[in-house]
Amino acid sequence: MRHTISVLIENEAGALSRVAGLFSARGYNIESLTVAPTDDASLSRMTIVTYGSEAVIEQITKQLNKLVDVIKLLDLSDGPHIEREMLLIKLHASKTSQADEVKRLSDIFRGHVVDVTESSYTIELTGTAEKLDAFIKAVNSKWIIETVRSGVSGIARGDRALRV
Amino acid sequence: MANETEALTGAEILVRCFEEEGVEYVFGYPGGSVLHIYDALFKRDHNNKIQHILVRHEQAATHAADGYSRATGKPGVVLVTSGPGATNAVTGIATAHMDSIPMVVITGQVPRSLIGNDAFQEVDSVGITRPCVKHNFLVNKVEDLAETVKKAFYIATTGRPGPVVIDIPKDVTADQIAFHYPHQVEMRSYKPSSSGHPKQINKASELLLGAKRPMIYSGGGVVLSEASKELTELTRMLGFPITNTLMGLGAYPASDKQFVGMLGMHGTYEANMAMHECDVLLAVGARFDDRVTSDINKFCPHAKIIHIDIDPSSISKNVRVDIPIVGDVREVLHDLIKTLKGTKQQPDSQALADWWVQIQNWQEKNCLYYDRGSNLIKPQFVIETLSKLMGDDGYVTSDVGQHQMWAAQYFNFNHPRRWINSGGLGTMGFGLPAAIGTQLAHPDSPVVCITGEASIQMCIQELATCKQYDLPIKVVMLNNRYMGMVRQWQEMFYDKRYSHSYVDALPDFVKLAESYGHAGMLIEKPANVEQALKDALAINDRLVFMNFITDSAENVFPMVAAGKGQHEMVLSPLSPGMPIDRELT
Repeated sequence: MRHTISVLIENEAGALSRVAGLFSARGYNIESLTVAPTDDASLSRMTIVTYGSEAVIEQITKQLNKLVDVIKLLDLSDGPHIEREMLLIKLHASKTSQADEVKRLSDIFRGHVVDVTESSYTIELTGTAEKLDAFIKAVNSKWIIETVRSGVSGIARGDRALRV
Repeated sequence: MANETEALTGAEILVRCFEEEGVEYVFGYPGGSVLHIYDALFKRDHNNKIQHILVRHEQAATHAADGYSRATGKPGVVLVTSGPGATNAVTGIATAHMDSIPMVVITGQVPRSLIGNDAFQEVDSVGITRPCVKHNFLVNKVEDLAETVKKAFYIATTGRPGPVVIDIPKDVTADQIAFHYPHQVEMRSYKPSSSGHPKQINKASELLLGAKRPMIYSGGGVVLSEASKELTELTRMLGFPITNTLMGLGAYPASDKQFVGMLGMHGTYEANMAMHECDVLLAVGARFDDRVTSDINKFCPHAKIIHIDIDPSSISKNVRVDIPIVGDVREVLHDLIKTLKGTKQQPDSQALADWWVQIQNWQEKNCLYYDRGSNLIKPQFVIETLSKLMGDDGYVTSDVGQHQMWAAQYFNFNHPRRWINSGGLGTMGFGLPAAIGTQLAHPDSPVVCITGEASIQMCIQELATCKQYDLPIKVVMLNNRYMGMVRQWQEMFYDKRYSHSYVDALPDFVKLAESYGHAGMLIEKPANVEQALKDALAINDRLVFMNFITDSAENVFPMVAAGKGQHEMVLSPLSPGMPIDRELT
């Protein structure tokens, strides 16, 4: 099963490598990992998307909690939550018809054109991972110059919160 | 006092921190990046608080500190230089990590301005040690040093203990600041729990009292949390059979009638059968290691399992348990005893009596049988005799392999912290340096290192350290001219293709020991074993190196072969007990 786990960790050098090292050393799957400081600059928040059996997920959360730098974690998948990921995608758009099609698709998916050249459009698109997958699938694959995805960030719905 | 206004260098601060922590011994080896620290040790020598033990290889520094810790319960302290000093220490750090031994390891680092430049003797020590420490630190400025050391000792010794590495750049040890040692440390990210949940303890108590075929299985956690007294009280109170893991030996007295021996791959037949047939299993400070469980799918098929452990990640990692209790083993056992005393219900004495009859039937297989009439020295006989002569008075360290298993099987450990071996990592070369730490911790007690001729050569240079500090260790070397455990597996599972397991070109160990200034003994006949051991134990002014020429064909039995269940043990082919299963592969 796919799980999205949020982790509050001391914002210290090497904290990321402890988490990454844990996943590789114990052979856990990692689909995406995002990390950035929070409103409290001494804390970093990670969102880890992983998958495995319930026993494996239980071990992952226990092993993460065992890391001395980890303050708290929350398995977002235990309750209603919101996940968002950002995609930047650069597409060939040398002909008007091509550019129109790119713009049209971008509008359908509520994306924004963030850069334009004579031969390309760059689209910014935010949503769930499935939505980004769907957009990439929808555009002609031959038009794709490059894509970059931020990885998933997540937050619980309602009053549930991950705070120190 | 911990506060001084006068500015000290980082190196001096480190030494003062050690003094504040009550460090008796620092095991180390100097080098470029730690020269300031060595200078500070030299200048502080008049204080007589800390003794530095100069080893001959950094691996030995970590094993010696580890042995010191296992023998005392106090954290071991290591000081090594950057680069090769740190990488040589890694084996010992990983050894301590696998067995949850508290240790603080200082590694020197190149000056901050050179970090990342591939400088001379530079290695990413924090990166290299990360997977085999409980935690590690790189000290970026002298202001952080004292607090980091305090945190390191706190982390190493609390919760599930383990080694902590502090990497200190050379220029940080030269920078100056006023010394202030924090009396306590608060970490929002690290708060180990200690007492178990009362509800879980109540459930455990009910399950235990309802058991028909109960079993207690205890491990190294009992030793680490000093819970031997509580474990013994609980076990006697309930009248249940108890087995110990390799790491837990001595936590329950081996000569007690309720003790059914070690369990696992080379455990006793009765211990493994009782595990297999039990209906309630109380696991205490043990981690269901693969050498214990054998085939996990066949492990304890009838049992409801209670698991007490301080580390939540140990629970349900390998085996799903029914009643997990997270907490310090000693506190939980204390509470469990109290709960049991407070209930009217008694253990089912009739069921228990039947269960003991069953266990006695298994014991009658005499699974530790060996040929006592042989005209070759049987390694088991050496250990048995040693155990008889030493009694409970002394400490035994071991290396890794057949001799380690025989020591675990044939030596009666009646007290905790007396049996010191590398269980988790299985590090050959551990025994002699661990004996150094143990002997320093207990200068007036006999310390014996049980080893083989292959293991001992992995850290034999430490004979020099033993001489330098006049350590009267007894080295009992069971010399069978093979890497015995490798040879045994090759005999059983590789059609006797003894690939590179013959230990050729052995030195004359007697002369070798003598060349270091020690006493050497060669023992070739069974009839001489006892007298030789008596003679050696009587010498306490120098190290005695005993070279026992043993039967090279002897194998460790009983045994659970790889892929088999714990109940599918093989007894010695010579054993009068019926071989349970001759099929090995």
